[in-house]
Amino acid sequence: MQLHLVYNKYKVMRRQFIETLKHILHSDNKSVLLLGDIGVFAFRDEFKNIPNRVYNIGILEQSTVGVAAGLAKTGMIPFVHTIAPFLVERSFEQLKVDFGYQRLNGNFISVGASYDYAALGCTHHCPGDVNALLGIPNMQIVTPGTSKEFEGLLKSAYNNGCPTYFRLSETENNTDVDVKFGKGTVVRTGKKSTIVCYGNMLQATLDACNAKDVTILYYTTIEPFDGQLLLEHFNNKLIVIEPFYSGSTNFLINRALEGKEYSIFNAGVPRQFLTNYGTKQEHDSFLGLDFKGLENTINRCLTY
Amino acid sequence: MNRNSLIKRMVYLSYVSKEGHLGSSLSILDILYVLYKNFIFNKEDKNECNRFILSKGHASLALYTILNEFNFLSEDINNFCKFNSLLGGHPCDKLPFVEASTGSLGHGLPIAIGIALGYKILNKNERVFVLIGDGEMNEGSIWESLLLAAHHNLNNLTCIMDYNHSGDRALKLDNVCQKISSFNWNCMEINGHDHDIILNSLNHVDTHRPIFIIANTIKGKGISFMENNPEWHHKAPDLDQIQAIHRELDATASGL
Repeated sequence: MQLHLVYNKYKVMRRQFIETLKHILHSDNKSVLLLGDIGVFAFRDEFKNIPNRVYNIGILEQSTVGVAAGLAKTGMIPFVHTIAPFLVERSFEQLKVDFGYQRLNGNFISVGASYDYAALGCTHHCPGDVNALLGIPNMQIVTPGTSKEFEGLLKSAYNNGCPTYFRLSETENNTDVDVKFGKGTVVRTGKKSTIVCYGNMLQATLDACNAKDVTILYYTTIEPFDGQLLLEHFNNKLIVIEPFYSGSTNFLINRALEGKEYSIFNAGVPRQFLTNYGTKQEHDSFLGLDFKGLENTINRCLTY
Repeated sequence: MNRNSLIKRMVYLSYVSKEGHLGSSLSILDILYVLYKNFIFNKEDKNECNRFILSKGHASLALYTILNEFNFLSEDINNFCKFNSLLGGHPCDKLPFVEASTGSLGHGLPIAIGIALGYKILNKNERVFVLIGDGEMNEGSIWESLLLAAHHNLNNLTCIMDYNHSGDRALKLDNVCQKISSFNWNCMEINGHDHDIILNSLNHVDTHRPIFIIANTIKGKGISFMENNPEWHHKAPDLDQIQAIHRELDATASGL
């Protein structure tokens, strides 16, 4: 029973991906799913019923992204799904040239955010995905914090004419936020600092803030970045909480706040190879990304 | 218009722009001419058209020259590589009849496979042509793609390899036809400068396999001091060289 509960808690977003993709595959006859030899069993009915739009394409990420671009050029809507480092870093140039440069519609849905695959080691970690993809003009980047948020974001953005990266994570926030693609959300307001928090970091951020007098801005879309919201809730003490490489989004913040004076305190994944194994939670704790670690960062900022 | 006039135009554009990959452009000129003359037509709905991707995008000068020859070019060819032009040193898909923005090798074939697969899904009978270089065959994405196209029975796809041997100095493709055939493509080897043979090979469609045409070509074909001379991979001629080219071409008037 205990194991069952753990499974539910940590695999929810992937299950939502399967459910939502099935819905899209059945409701939109332009949709095509390309699986990088993962999640295959979950789509067994679709392989039978719509075999010309569901493919276990194989373990060849570069060509898969290129093929997706060709499909997009015929008006089909590709959804590519595999593990984050292989989807983003292995096929980075195809994402850049075939999708970014040509500005094609396509969806790239990864699993294994940062060190979700903690025990599998650095080859399967991908804390650099957001940082890398922010280097591709036209690439939209979405980091949902819950399954329900993912469902809404995918359905609203999957056919908007641009390539979009959806970053699924194994852990979720406890509560859904009513998020909209391209918009940040004000979770609460306060006077001492403004916290910018992404995706599945909201839960630990809320736990760490407790009764502190701070504003929390929650972002599930990183690009296009809702700079206006940050400007409206400007505080010269900013805390940026990122479940990926620390500082990845600093330039977006700087662009939004051009000309203003402020200090940024970053909490995020350090730019080093995480050579420990264990669990995601152990890494969170070790890197100061659990609520205790975030509490320290927030206190450091507030007493600065 | 004859071959010599096309060459003279390319050479002139390269001289003016100080750009252009003349060697590669000359090795594929005949293939592009036959392809565009017989297979590429102008229709509003792109999915009703055969499509061609120049995967070895550095030979863009030949592509623009042929597009211009068949009145497919949307701007003055003399804009080649100018700041505000769409006619860049590598093709950009914002230019009509350019189906993919290429330049980085190994991208065009996977994209062509995606279009061919899209056509299958949409029940279209149109075909997809893609031209790659022998040096481009080094890229892993090409060999990934060879697996994919055969596995998905994309008999609406024809891949032409411009075999001008420019890749030999790095990695030779020994027994290339045997290798490609073993991937379950219908592979044929032709003279890539003979128009009748090129047309015959492009007309070929298999019952279930994609077609791979090894087009034996000469890099720099038609200009003696450029032929098989790697120095002319990416180099613009000066005035003296242009005069020498004109003298040579005028002495050997060969028509398309």
